[in-house]
Amino acid sequence: MVDIVRRYPGQLLKPALQPRAGMRQFVRRRSTIAFLMCLPLIVIVAGLIIYPALYSIFLATLNKAQTRFIGLGNFSYLLSRDTFWMVIEQSAIFALTAVLFKALIGLVTAHLVNNLPSKGQRKWRGMLLVPWVIPLALSTLGWWWLFDPTHSAFNWLIRGFGGNDIPWLSDPYWARFSVILVNVWYGAPFFLIMYLAALKSVPEQLYEAAQIDGANAWQRFLHVTLPMMRNIIAITVLFSLIVTFANFDIVQIMTAGGPRNMTHVFATYAFLLGIRSGDLPLGAAVSLFMFPILAVSAVFILRGVRKRGREIG
Amino acid sequence: MTAATAEYARASGASLKRSRRWALFTSYFFLVLFAIFFLIPPYYMIVTSLKSDAEVAHLASNPWIIANGLTLEQYRLLFRETDFLIYFKNTVIVTLCVVAITMVVSVLAAFSLSRMRFWGSGILATGIFLTYLIPDTLLFIPLFQIVRGLGLLNSYWSMVLVYPTLTVPFCTWIMIGYFQSIPKELDEAALIDGAGHMQMLLKIFIPVALPGIIAATIFAFTVSWAAFVYPIAFLFSADQQVLTVGTVTSLIKADVYKWGMLMAGALVAAAPPLIVYAFLMDYYIAGLTAGATKG
Repeated sequence: MVDIVRRYPGQLLKPALQPRAGMRQFVRRRSTIAFLMCLPLIVIVAGLIIYPALYSIFLATLNKAQTRFIGLGNFSYLLSRDTFWMVIEQSAIFALTAVLFKALIGLVTAHLVNNLPSKGQRKWRGMLLVPWVIPLALSTLGWWWLFDPTHSAFNWLIRGFGGNDIPWLSDPYWARFSVILVNVWYGAPFFLIMYLAALKSVPEQLYEAAQIDGANAWQRFLHVTLPMMRNIIAITVLFSLIVTFANFDIVQIMTAGGPRNMTHVFATYAFLLGIRSGDLPLGAAVSLFMFPILAVSAVFILRGVRKRGREIG
Repeated sequence: MTAATAEYARASGASLKRSRRWALFTSYFFLVLFAIFFLIPPYYMIVTSLKSDAEVAHLASNPWIIANGLTLEQYRLLFRETDFLIYFKNTVIVTLCVVAITMVVSVLAAFSLSRMRFWGSGILATGIFLTYLIPDTLLFIPLFQIVRGLGLLNSYWSMVLVYPTLTVPFCTWIMIGYFQSIPKELDEAALIDGAGHMQMLLKIFIPVALPGIIAATIFAFTVSWAAFVYPIAFLFSADQQVLTVGTVTSLIKADVYKWGMLMAGALVAAAPPLIVYAFLMDYYIAGLTAGATKG
């Protein structure tokens, strides 16, 4: 063995060197392949998401016929209209109220399901998830029928208890209530599954330790459950805030923005101006007003997701 | 142990059991209330779809029950006398294409982003997540202009083009998570055995991450099936329409709302996602919660 090494040092060293050169080549080839594998994704994201998003900024600076550059004209026009201020107000009311109630109902139902013996949990979870599984446009159609001015099944019940009919969709304030109610109904199950998953990930020992220290149920919730779930609650709330702000289906189907434009949110107002009235630049300007709130939420979500990633390791 | 402490232990055990039973009872009580709230609309839709037109229109009768006999007339009308089956066919074509495109694109990209490095791959992974947060209601107006420029306005093929914006970012995101959880030793073993990248992906990554693949497929399926903003903006004739918009807008003929038939249409249109969930809910929930909780 020693002899061989002395006689053919180069030959024995070579195989040790070769893989390194091969490895370098392999890595270079690998990064080309890696890039090619990502190429379809890059094309879709760049061509159908980033380009349209930037294009909509350009579009919003044109006049209706798209023949002339008018700078911020569309934005200043919108901000000078009372209707648009109402849209901003209603979008904020709609999103904040709906997210608040979705988060509360989700938290409560997640705890209730988590209290059950593990045998029955799956069944209950499946039942409570139904609203979230039906395509929103179709379940909204069902709600619309429940709110029908002459045939409302809710009003039938209210009459049965001796009350008066509620103008669910024809009175502006009741209409605002109704669209929020439907959004809460649709979105609460999403919070339920997120919180349920988070509850399951809290180590049982923490509760046992708290119990030994004499903590009651409320204290255990406040000092064990909440801190452990804080991050997932934040991510879910911010994510839902984006989705709710951008919601279109419910308002479009149930009220189409009426009565008196009081239930319009950004999405439906952009649709009305951009597609129905054919003023694409003005519509683009309306939907761009969603951008700041989306950007702020996105930054916080990203931070939360990263932190969560580090915690898990 | 003295008799006193034994007595104390038994008493506190009994009270613990009693308080636990009480907690369970209140849990069930409130869960039933929430379940009623969550299930009212689907229940009412089913009831309405099984009634005759006369009973639906009758104001005095109880709307919550079927009093004058159950009938499938609404479903017969739906299939025989409306364009519902055309919408259904269009939706199936669009959804199948979108799911196929989404899965190929996102699995390839996720494999590459979770295992191989290239210039800008880190930024790309974060960028993917950010683009997922850009909603369709922000993109539909510029996309309208683009789709019109391509001559695809009022064609359901434009849906095959634009739906991936809804599905690809999130599917890639959850697939990256699943692929990253596969131990590196597995690919090293495969490389030593002389497997190429494609073999590694097909023979190791896809089988091992199958739950993730199923979750991503269900996500792409439900999102394409339920999409509403793009079709309502880009499609206007009945032969090109998809289920969601077709049911909501076109089934309403003249000024008469055929509520029984509308509800029948909404239920049939909602059935495929409901059936998929009934069988694969666990995969989907695992994928969704994993996607949100870890990178």
